[in-house]
Amino acid sequence: MNAVLMGLQPVLALQDAGNTVLLHRWQFGFNLIYHYLYPQLTMGLVLLIVVLETLYLRRGHEFYKKAADFWVRIFAPAFVIGAVTGIPLEFGFGTNWAVFSTVSGGVIGQTVALEGVFAFFVESAFLGLYLYGGDAFGKRVRWFSAFMVFLGSWASGYFILTVNAWMQNPVSYRTLPDGNLAIVHFWKLLLNPWVFHQYIHVMGGAVVTGSFAMAGIGAFYLLTRREVQFGRLFVTVGVIFGLASSLWMIYPSGDMESAALAEKQPIKLAAAEGLFHTEKGASLTFIGQPNLQTMQIDNPIELPKILSFLSYRSFEATVKGLEAFPRSLWPNVPLTYYSYHIMVGLGTIFAAVMLLAALMLWRGWLFRSRRMLWLLLLIMPFPFITNTVGWIVTEVGRQPWIVYGVMKTSEGASHLVNAGNVYFTIVGLAGLFLLLSVLYVIVVLKEVYEGPEGPVDEDLEKLEAEIQGILPGQRPARDVVRERR
Amino acid sequence: MQTVWFIFIAFILTMYVLLDGFDLGAGAIYPFVTKDDRERRAVQRAILPLWDGNETWLVAAGGGLFLSFPLLYSVSLSGFYLAVFVVLWLLILRGIGLEMRGLLDNDLWRSFWDGVFFIGSLPLPFFFGVALANVMRGVPIGQDGSYFFQALWTDPLHPLSKNPGILDWYTVMIGLLALCAVILHGTTYLTMKTTGGLRNSSRIFAGAFWVATVGLTALATPLTFYLLPQRLSHFESAPWGFVFPAVAIGGILTVGYALMKGRDGLSFGGSCAYIVGMMSSTAFAIYPKVLPAVDPSRSLTIYNASAPHHSLVVGLIAWGLGLLLACAYFAIIYRMFRGRVEV
Repeated sequence: MNAVLMGLQPVLALQDAGNTVLLHRWQFGFNLIYHYLYPQLTMGLVLLIVVLETLYLRRGHEFYKKAADFWVRIFAPAFVIGAVTGIPLEFGFGTNWAVFSTVSGGVIGQTVALEGVFAFFVESAFLGLYLYGGDAFGKRVRWFSAFMVFLGSWASGYFILTVNAWMQNPVSYRTLPDGNLAIVHFWKLLLNPWVFHQYIHVMGGAVVTGSFAMAGIGAFYLLTRREVQFGRLFVTVGVIFGLASSLWMIYPSGDMESAALAEKQPIKLAAAEGLFHTEKGASLTFIGQPNLQTMQIDNPIELPKILSFLSYRSFEATVKGLEAFPRSLWPNVPLTYYSYHIMVGLGTIFAAVMLLAALMLWRGWLFRSRRMLWLLLLIMPFPFITNTVGWIVTEVGRQPWIVYGVMKTSEGASHLVNAGNVYFTIVGLAGLFLLLSVLYVIVVLKEVYEGPEGPVDEDLEKLEAEIQGILPGQRPARDVVRERR
Repeated sequence: MQTVWFIFIAFILTMYVLLDGFDLGAGAIYPFVTKDDRERRAVQRAILPLWDGNETWLVAAGGGLFLSFPLLYSVSLSGFYLAVFVVLWLLILRGIGLEMRGLLDNDLWRSFWDGVFFIGSLPLPFFFGVALANVMRGVPIGQDGSYFFQALWTDPLHPLSKNPGILDWYTVMIGLLALCAVILHGTTYLTMKTTGGLRNSSRIFAGAFWVATVGLTALATPLTFYLLPQRLSHFESAPWGFVFPAVAIGGILTVGYALMKGRDGLSFGGSCAYIVGMMSSTAFAIYPKVLPAVDPSRSLTIYNASAPHHSLVVGLIAWGLGLLLACAYFAIIYRMFRGRVEV
């Protein structure tokens, strides 16, 4: 019994007033990480659904409509879970970060509010139309409402990221006599240079998740030899978009992110790379454990001079290490370091896998290679991990600041909300989120098991020809069909 | 400019109650008005395409408050911390209940989600009413800074104590009034949107809740002014404000008349007018305060809680445009889903 209590010591210690901020951070971080598992899937999938709907509109074949319908059935519950878990986040600004909201509301309130009226209204209203009116109002309305859902959810991502970008790189604000901040130029908030690279990186990550999901489920159908035509379509679309997006994550968007870090947030870069000492011609660490006692990376494997080049475009540039900054401004170094390395490592693996898959698709081997299909199926969950650790780098790496260089996280929390209340709400949210996860998994398994509804009274030959037509490397087969006519 | 934003926020909140009110009300009553799965599905069909958009008005209200009155946003959300989280959990449960129900074709699954949807819907209007009553009564804003924290209840029998909790007899009464009014709203909506036996039973329930709403309104209004005579002062200085309660009274009488005559559209319209009247009366009564305090000198007003002038102007332009667009596509979507749902 005593041993159990000893084990609980670190948790129980969190009821001290001084540590309540940590609980607020846990609650917000936990809510955010859980929430973002869903939007990354839906924002990626909605693009692919628009692709399928466009194929349906242009080619008019029921096959594409059924393919889109299948993905909508995966998309819709994820969208709803994303929406309902996002509401506590919006209100979390007020409930858990009251002082931060008071001080910065005059600036970021703008884009939080705009997300509501411009983006969230559009996606919810048109999702209702798409889901429940899609068949009644004809092809064009169907396509248009799908497109509006896409536009709305991508705009939503933009407005939310302007809020985050301002917290990373505060621009265009001034301090009022009462200590609160006021906005100077509204358009500078929307066009914060930080938004640009962050937006293309985050949305690229969403497309990675969506296309890996599509390729993976397609691979499942090919492996089980069910719904083979749908399987081919899904794998093809998934691999094409998966290749494009995973390359995009490395270059140009990932490259731009690290260059921006080098310029504006050198501490985060040093922590992420595990660079303890300022170096000229700094090397890039692949593997190794940061050791805060000895201030070095244990058993490192490094590429000399590459970090300098990636950060400043010169092999001899000087990169500042952690020691150049006061210790009180360091983020959690091991957490930032590992998150960053997992993100980069998995991202590289994604690009390699998709490159191989695309090559096999082009040569016409992919649908027969069970090993590759297994790989596509098994890699499906990993983009979720990659996007999550990416956000951990962004947010944990920004600590101890809530608004970079302007306001400390410890100053922003609601100081009258005590630890007991935060424990209570964390436990409540955790329980609800557990329920939601179980449900979503049940729903997806059921949909995948039942599969898309196959074409019933269609001209199978024409269908075969069309499927062949969209698959690269299979063109000759299409010609054969044409000659037979 | 602050006044414009005050009206704006009041408008958004009223829209939220009007729109999400009918699906909340329908959710809170629907196990009782329906007798089999077919009817339950009809109720669901009447609200499924619309509820998500309706709830967005709440998100918009949150964003709008954050933009225009950041101090109010943070003070009230952290002060009502516990109640806010209960509301958020219920919102999550309700949305999930609605959307999950149709995904598996299994009786047990459907009954479970029917229950979740009902349990998620029923307490929400009550808590919204409680929140409104707390604002009317005043909250214990402290002297250092301007934050406060309210427990769920401290002394339920004395609403005017120095450190009131969220629940006491006065706020509970207003909560019940809000619940009855929202159920009335939902049942008149169902009367308008459905056919056959479902329409008839919705009408009967609408009648019952009409009586309850009238009774509670007649009880709560004098009690409010007995308990909080200071809330009458704005009406005394600007008597044209009596228009708002008049709209409410006209609305509720119209509902009664229309229910008797069987004019479904008119009864729903009357219920809308009642809600608009009650919401605007409340807003008019507290203006220019946005969050009255127990100690009146510490109240948040539209002046000391608002964002800087420039933020308000810029926000009004961008947001006004967005809101016009929102109203336009809401009009389109509602038009597309007009007409009755066949059982």
